[in-house]
Amino acid sequence: MDLAQALLEGNRRALAQALTLVETGGPQARMLLAALFAHTGRAHIVGVTGAPGAGKSTLVAALAAHWRRTGRTVGIIAVDPTSPFTRGAILGDRIRMQALSGDSGVFIRSMASRGRLGGIARATGDAVAVLDAAGFDMVLVETVGAGQGEVEIAATAHTTIVIETPGAGDDIQAIKAGILEIADLLVVNKADRDGAEQTVRQLRAMLSLADLPADGWTPPVLTAVATRGEGIEAIAAATERHLAYLRESGRFAGREQERARRELRLILQETALARVHARVSSSDWDALIAQIVARTLDPYAAADQLLDRAWSNAGG
Amino acid sequence: MDRPIRVLIAKPGLDGHDRGAKVIARALRDAGMEVIYTGIQQTPQMIVEAALQEDVDVIGLSILSGAHMTLLPRVMELLRDHGMHDVLVVAGGIISDEDARILKEQHGIAEVYGPGASTHDIVRFIQEQCRTRA
Repeated sequence: MDLAQALLEGNRRALAQALTLVETGGPQARMLLAALFAHTGRAHIVGVTGAPGAGKSTLVAALAAHWRRTGRTVGIIAVDPTSPFTRGAILGDRIRMQALSGDSGVFIRSMASRGRLGGIARATGDAVAVLDAAGFDMVLVETVGAGQGEVEIAATAHTTIVIETPGAGDDIQAIKAGILEIADLLVVNKADRDGAEQTVRQLRAMLSLADLPADGWTPPVLTAVATRGEGIEAIAAATERHLAYLRESGRFAGREQERARRELRLILQETALARVHARVSSSDWDALIAQIVARTLDPYAAADQLLDRAWSNAGG
Repeated sequence: MDRPIRVLIAKPGLDGHDRGAKVIARALRDAGMEVIYTGIQQTPQMIVEAALQEDVDVIGLSILSGAHMTLLPRVMELLRDHGMHDVLVVAGGIISDEDARILKEQHGIAEVYGPGASTHDIVRFIQEQCRTRA
């Protein structure tokens, strides 16, 4: 395939078009991903998540600049939310990444969450695969502001960085509890503000309560002022240490397995639904939905019927 | 496939007034487009690089500094250098009729909008152009 070949040879326009293709999905996207698959598995995939305004874009830009100085190439995927009403989106993460402009060792792509089935998880995973195949040493994925996406990123990334800010206080205790389970690194950004030390103490206290394996990885709690580049080197070093830990402890293989299992499941879900849509007419859908509304058919039985039809039509 | 129109909104040059650009960005978003907003003080190189990486269908350039006759042709030249002939480029700002005519006829800017332009017209123009190009 021409696009795959051009991408592998380092053509940046081909890379951009490949990302558009996998984001849109469909048979051509599948062919492309199949052609690229053998070239994936080399990049260190790093996820960055946290609440809106925590400084994700700024931290990603600073980390990218750091890794460029050490000679590594960096691909970045920055996800912003799609409006559920208009399907439109404003993708503004590049504003904080301008210092990376003009460097051919960096490639930044903004993605809208688009909210389709399998949604951002599948599209992000595929976009990561494309950047990985294109040969970037580091692939950084910046999620939308904290929410469901943060758990998904942990399944896509090797190393997940969770950003907190000082003074968020008790309001986010619940989020923190969820975040502790996916964070490989915790960063308190905007650490020049009041309350930074307290936030660090709180996070460490929560970690000490968490049920971490004694021989395992304890997520370090680091501080940063990303706008000034402070603390970035330590975060980069801890990120690299985490990958080394995954490899040495044998957990890397386990994560890869989990990643593959999850990816396969997502693709299967999406493919199965697409097949049902392709094989069952919309009037048949409407008829089933009417029966459900009338309480003459339960939704599980309706789903079974749809699956039966999708597969029996295929044979005939 | 049914995919949203992707638009890069950029401000070349040194003026810092991006209210107009933000209003347009918002209008395009509300029309269902994905708008990549890059902020102020962009060089033509930065704009074209971002457009390439983001694989956009449209570039909207907002310029109030008066330097449009040097910066906008430069953007068009760089787009051609990268083989990006298929990207629709529109401009908005304080641009005289005569300059607008030259930008359109000699440099390939698709449309030029002045201070009174309605966002509705801009949205419709982009939608129509993208439909015929698709």
